[in-house]
Parts: sequence; C-alpha cells; structure tokens
Amino acid sequence: MTNTEGAPATGQPVLSLRGISKHFGAVSALTDIDLDVHAGEVVALVGDNGAGKSTLVKILSGVHQPSSGTIRFQGETVTLNDPSAALSLGIATVFQDLALCENLDVVANIFLGKELNPLQMDEVAMETRSWTLLNELSARIPSVRVAVASLSGGQRQTVAIARSLLLNPKLILLDEPTAALGVAQTAEVLDLIERVRERGLAVVMISHNMEDVRAVADRVVVLRLGRNNGEFPPDASNEALVSAITGASNNSVSRRAGRRQAQAAHLSESGQ
Amino acid sequence: MTNNSKPGTPAAQPTLDRRDERVAHSAGIGDTIRAFLDRIRSGDLGMLPVIVGLVIIWTVFSILNPVFLSPNNLVNLLFDSSTVGIISLGIVCMLMVGEIDLSVGSVSGVASAILGVLWVNQGVPAGFAILAAVLAGAAIGFLYAQLYNRFGMPSFVATLAGLLTFLGLQLYLLGSSGSINLPYGSPLVRFGQLMVMPAIVSVIFAAVPGIVMLYTGYRTAARRRAAGLSAQSSGGIIARAAAVTIVAELVVAYLNQGRGVPWMFGLFVGLVLAMQYALTRTRWGRSMFAVGGNREAARRAGINVRAIYTSAFVLCSTLAAFGGVMAASRLASSSQQAGTGDVNLNAIAAAVIGGTSLFGGRGSAYSALLGIIVIQSISSGLTLLDLSSSLRYMITGGVLAIAVIVDSLARRSRASHGRA
Repeated sequence: MTNTEGAPATGQPVLSLRGISKHFGAVSALTDIDLDVHAGEVVALVGDNGAGKSTLVKILSGVHQPSSGTIRFQGETVTLNDPSAALSLGIATVFQDLALCENLDVVANIFLGKELNPLQMDEVAMETRSWTLLNELSARIPSVRVAVASLSGGQRQTVAIARSLLLNPKLILLDEPTAALGVAQTAEVLDLIERVRERGLAVVMISHNMEDVRAVADRVVVLRLGRNNGEFPPDASNEALVSAITGASNNSVSRRAGRRQAQAAHLSESGQ
Repeated sequence: MTNNSKPGTPAAQPTLDRRDERVAHSAGIGDTIRAFLDRIRSGDLGMLPVIVGLVIIWTVFSILNPVFLSPNNLVNLLFDSSTVGIISLGIVCMLMVGEIDLSVGSVSGVASAILGVLWVNQGVPAGFAILAAVLAGAAIGFLYAQLYNRFGMPSFVATLAGLLTFLGLQLYLLGSSGSINLPYGSPLVRFGQLMVMPAIVSVIFAAVPGIVMLYTGYRTAARRRAAGLSAQSSGGIIARAAAVTIVAELVVAYLNQGRGVPWMFGLFVGLVLAMQYALTRTRWGRSMFAVGGNREAARRAGINVRAIYTSAFVLCSTLAAFGGVMAASRLASSSQQAGTGDVNLNAIAAAVIGGTSLFGGRGSAYSALLGIIVIQSISSGLTLLDLSSSLRYMITGGVLAIAVIVDSLARRSRASHGRA
C-alpha cells in the first residue's frame, strides 16, 4: 500500500466488487465477495484449491456472469456479458490455460480479434508490434511465425502475457502467471508486474507461490471456500497467511512444520 | 549471430525477427528446399498428397486409355469439376470451423428446382430466378446456424435432417413431372455447356496470378525491410511467380488445343481465389481458423463465435445453392436426380482429399479446386474405361478413405513434432 499513497487515483478504486456470488447449480462457488483494486496496486488473490479464485477471474473477464452482486469499474457500474465487453472496458486477462489457438502463429494469437486493418490485414505492422511487446518482456521466442503448438509452456505463457498488454488495459488479471515458468522467466514476469504497476495500472494476481506473492503484492486477499477470509499486508507472517488459507491455526501445514521441528529438536538432542 | 548477414558485413545487426540464434533461417534456395522437406517429414503435408495423387491417377488412366489426357476430355472434366467444386468450396468453410454440412447435395437440388420452377414454369426472368435460388440457400444456412447456435444441435444431425427435408422439398417443387428442361440456347445453358474463353483472354487470365504475386511480393518485401524485418529475396519472388505463370500458361495452351478454357471454370477459380484471400488476409478468415482451432480461446479473445459459425453455415449453403444452379445449367434441366447420388459425398470428399482437415482449423480454398479435379479425374477415367458406376463408387470411396487416413496420420505426426 505504501507506494500508492499520495497517488491521485488512490481514493477511488479502479475495480470495486460488492457482494459477488456465483452458483453453479447447487454449488456456491463464490459467496458475497467484496474486493477493491486501486490504480498502481498489485493485489494478490490467494486461497486453496477450490477457493473460487479462478471463478472470480472468469467473472471479471466476462467468461462467467455473476449470480448476484455489483461490479464497479472506474466508478461506474458495469455488466460483463461476454469477454469482448471486458476487453473493451480495459480489463485484460491471462488465463490459467492461456486460451491460445495452437494452430495459429504467435502474431495471429497476440492480435486475435484485434487484427489491424480487418479487410486486408497489416501483417508487417502486426509482426513489428509483436516483436516490440515480446522484447519488452525479454521473451525467448525463436520466431513469431511459428505455430503456438511448437512453443514450450513458458514461451506460451509469455505470448499470453504479451497479448494482454496489447490493448493498453487499465486492469490486468493474471491467473497463475508464474506456474509454468523457469527461474529467469519468473523473475521477468515479476519485473513486468512491477513495471505495469509503475505505469499506474491495476493488477490482480492469483498465485500459489507465497514467495512470488510477497515479492510483488501490495495487499494479499485470501479467499476460502468462496468467501473473503481476510486481507493481509505482504509482510504478514507465513502462519497467519496459511491459517487464513486453510481456515484453522491447526492445519496440515502447521502440523507438518511442528512435526519437523520436533524431529529436528529430537535429532539435535540425541546427537549431543 | 545468424547466417543471413552477408559475409562482407559480419557486424551487421540481424533483422528484428532473426536475432534468436537457435533458429535456422533459410538464406538460399537450398535452405528453402531443406525447410520444405523438414515440414513434410514432420507431417505438415499441405497440398503435397493431392498433387502426388493426381499425378498417379493421371498416369494410370492415360496408360489405360490415351483419350483421357486429350485436351477436349480435360475441358469436359473442367466443366464437370466446376459445379461440384463450387459446392465443395462451401464445405471447406464448414470444415474450417470443425463442423460439417451433409445436406449440400439436397440444397443444390432444391436450388435447381427453384430455378426450373420460377424460370421455366412461372416465366420469371432468369436473373431473378437464380437470385431466388441462391437466397433460398442462404436462408437454409441461416436456419442451420440457428439450430446450431441456439439449440446446440450438432451440425452433423441438423444437416442430416436437412438432407431429407430438402430432398423432399425438391421433389415437392418439381411435382409429378419430375423434371423441367431448361431452354437450350439460353445464356445460362450455354454458359454451363458451351461457353469457353477466347484463346487470347485465357492467356491473359493465366498471366494475372504471376503478375499479382510479383507485385504483392515486391511490395511486402519492401515494407518488411522498411520495418526492420527479414524479407524474401527478389530472386525467390521472381522464381515463384515465374513457376506459377509457366504452369498456368502451359495448362491454358494445352486446353486451347481443344475447345478452350470454360468460362464456368474461370468463375470457379475466381471464387476459389476470393475465398482464399478472405480466409488468409481478413479478420473474418483469421477468426474462422481460430474458432476451428480452439473455440473457447477464440471466444475469450473477444471473437463473436456465433457470428462466425453463422457465416460458415450461410456461406456453405449459399455456395451449395449456387453450385446447384450451375449444375442445372450444365445438365440443361432441373430434375429429381439433381443433387442426389454422389454429389454430396463428392463435394465433401473433394475438400478432404484437397487437404482441408476434418478436425477444423486447417485447410485452404485451394483444396476444393485440387480435390474436385482428383474426384472428377477418377470419375471421367472410369467412364472412359466403360466401368459401371458401381466400381466408380467403390474406387472413389477408397480414395476418400486414403485421404482421411493421410489426414489423421499427418495430424498425429504433427502433434509429435510440435506443429499445429
């Protein structure tokens, strides 16, 4: 939070969710979710498997529609009926499954649905812009004219992130952005998230990796079983985060840690 | 450093797209051929199987009966190819989005019945009758699209229902007479049976693709160089344009030894080229590939997936209806037999044999052109050998089976070589 203090947009959130619920039949994936994201802020969304993180991202990107609740974007109430509505508002998403067309090349995927000059596509301009975007990400893509099918997982991730930046969005949603990446690429993506924040964009990042979360997030929002379960500063203790994520101070993570501590203590005692 | 900078300027900065040292870049003709062979080996076959198949088929038939390769037989073959070829072009659109239309034969039959009833029986001017027939096709396609988009009816089932429904409609329209003869000597029938290009016109048309390739090739290369991207060498552009021009001029010169190039075939080739442009150079075409490749990804990229499906269904049925009109002009009649029998499967087989994948997201308009020439060659060759239609069906079926096997194997090979 500290580095957004004093910025003009801090007072009003870019994105503001109130009472968002989503039911899939009898299953309540999300119940009464509240979330505020300010410009120039990175909010990490954490939670166990099935906590509703990806569902929330899909609602914000227009893939799913909420069963109830309001979404305010830049101060106005909006409805996101389909992905193109979210895109045109300035909400870009990098999905967990990346949503790339494997039969198309990198340029075609980056510009999919936003091709320059629809009746006589400007391939030269699209290719140049693709290289610019990819070079900004320090991407290691051998050629933008190969089909995405022939790229590795990390390369695909970079292509998906490059695509989200194409339209100069105001809010970027990243669903597990570093899950498929190598050490260097992860650092690049974290650098990128910081660069995006410096440009005054809002970022929502889902991650299971607490190290990444601590490295870039300004706030950590915890979901548990489809409900808000606390908000933490990035320097909160691991125990506090884990107990919020799992819902109990006595959880499998703490039990395991306790056991290992006891073992270590036992070993050091017997060693003496 | 990449090897495309000239030996004299080793320090030259490589172009924007050639900075990754892991990529082999083709510099000369030798590299181009090597890259081509690599592509074939990994299962990216493109047009190769159909061209090889065509060479085999033509060799076999010309040995069995020399008349097969005579100019006039080939002219007839092109007349016959055009009608079903236009229908097959619509099938390419459907296969591109990963769906299929099994009713193109019936739709073409309905169109020919509408043409006969309106033009001959009702005395409506031929132009309006043709327009009505084609619009009826568009309406049928729109109906399929609604069934698919709103009710989630698989295209396979929707068009199978349509196959029966529109066959019934065709029989109903034609009534008890069963067939309507179109007037001989009318422009439409002459277009379908007689009209060929004057030799000089066909020679000019055959030169057009090469000139266009030369012009666009140079312009693209110049723009790419200006943008700091690698560009095709002038030699390569000239070589490709020259090859296309020589082949086209040789074909035309040979056909002009006989009756000449049919106008109807010229129309068909024109439609193929327009479709190829639309598929590869427009946003609509890119969306077709995207929907066929990964429907959900296309939707999340903001593409109106339903509209794309609708366009594919409408285009397919419209082209089927137009093909039906052309078939009526070819036969000078609207009959109960129009569009029945092997029309349906020939149109689908042509698209698949030509290299458009049944699995969606891969293909080109050229596959309709090459595929239908294969199918009609088999049909014409077997007719010349005086073989019955029973054998013709079996052999065409066998060729289709081989084409689908090649498609499946190539797909598997592409997957294991990391290509789309």
